[in-house]
Amino acid sequence: MQVLIDNFGQILDGFAKTLWLLLFSGTIAAVLGTILVAMRVSPVAILRFAGTSYINVFRNTPLLLILLIIAFAAPDLGFTYEINNYFNFFFMAATVGLGLYAAAFVCEALRSGINSIPLGQAEAARSIGMTFAQSMRSVILPQAARAVIPPLASTYIALAKNTSVALAIGVTEASFIMKKLNAENAVARWQIFFGFAFGYMVIVAFIASAGALAERSGAKTR
Amino acid sequence: MSTVLFDAPGPRARRRHRLIAGVSSLLLLAAAYWVYTTFREEGLLTSTVVNDTFQNSNVTFLLEGFVSTLKAAALAIVGSVVFGAVFAIGRLSDHRVLRWPSTIVVEFFRAVPLVLLILGIWYGYKETIGTLMSLVLALTLYNGSVLAEVYRAGINAVPKGQSEASYALGMRKGQVMRMILMPQAVKFMLPAIISQCVIILKDTSLGFIILYPEVVRGAKQVANFVDDGTLLTFGTVAAVFILINYSMSKLAEYLERRLARRGERPIDMKAIESGLGQGAMSGGGGV
Repeated sequence: MQVLIDNFGQILDGFAKTLWLLLFSGTIAAVLGTILVAMRVSPVAILRFAGTSYINVFRNTPLLLILLIIAFAAPDLGFTYEINNYFNFFFMAATVGLGLYAAAFVCEALRSGINSIPLGQAEAARSIGMTFAQSMRSVILPQAARAVIPPLASTYIALAKNTSVALAIGVTEASFIMKKLNAENAVARWQIFFGFAFGYMVIVAFIASAGALAERSGAKTR
Repeated sequence: MSTVLFDAPGPRARRRHRLIAGVSSLLLLAAAYWVYTTFREEGLLTSTVVNDTFQNSNVTFLLEGFVSTLKAAALAIVGSVVFGAVFAIGRLSDHRVLRWPSTIVVEFFRAVPLVLLILGIWYGYKETIGTLMSLVLALTLYNGSVLAEVYRAGINAVPKGQSEASYALGMRKGQVMRMILMPQAVKFMLPAIISQCVIILKDTSLGFIILYPEVVRGAKQVANFVDDGTLLTFGTVAAVFILINYSMSKLAEYLERRLARRGERPIDMKAIESGLGQGAMSGGGGV
């Protein structure tokens, strides 16, 4: 325990950076994922094709490779954006990489939600005289929103865990700090491991409970 | 094509769709052209770069890296399939002594980031089991735990009447599991197992962080040697990954569709991962 207490400040800093990564990349993933799913379910074939290609490329490439490409090939192309010393270039690269990768999974989660609604729902809504907008607002989208929560929650849980890959490009998030502490205190390695594992579990549990809460509050309106 | 999201298009809507199609094709072409010119201007696609990147020694080096990747992935797949089976049976056991520890192990390893597991095991055991086995062990513990949940869901998906009928015939628990439940469960699980193999192959690249000489580590080394060759090297490796994983994903999709045609539902991986969706928090969101 002593190691964890002595380095508590550092560990907290690491998890703070993990959460920043999660927040930034989660936002990118949500926005891009929504655009992608709109493309994938649109009636325009070329947009569907573009959306599907994006999914197939990003879902089948290792996340690490995406982060490395952005961190080491983007400067070759003239992109070296950073906000400040804390949100430095490698942080931005990791954020963008995680966001691009997770967007593919967010898109698939949203699509599976939309696909889970039987066609009969839309047909029934139209046949009792609802306009298209009414059927969307009061029949299709509420049901889709509920169906989307479980897969979306697991996508964000996976994203929270995946932020740890950013250590490979030198972002000082939690797992980077763990590696550093491990190198300094070889004897206490299992305490360090379980300490950090606990930290990630708290984040995961938080997302899972938020998902469960959303699912339950949605169920009431049924 | 009919969907819940829009009505069948009439003549005006069809005209609008054609317009959108035209505009978006132009945008996509413009984007592709922009990428191409940027690559050209920065000199990333000159014949020197291509020749330097794909010189024989580099290609051999990358191929060796790729063999190491496949070796680790194959060992991890075998390990995960076995680990998953053992712990799925543990979780399905009637004995609390077996059920509880299996549950704790499976839930723990699913909640911890793989990077943490790899680092922890490597720092702990690299002297005794070596880098390759550290990576394989970490991949096995994580993916085996996910597969354990897949198996459990698959066995639970077999209609209850099947096991009841077998018990009525006087079969023992082991016999029911082996002869009745497992053979039927496999077809529910197969798509999910293949998808997990794709994930294992992708995750093998994390051997990078413990200096295992797999293909991404190799690509990084090649990229360090070749001026302006980073994008081409990484891009080539990515293309190989995409090719393999895409074919495997397609196979999984095909099996899923075949199941759906027979009116049966394959195991829903997403619901397993988050522990939601069955209206219960019993899965604990992977905690």
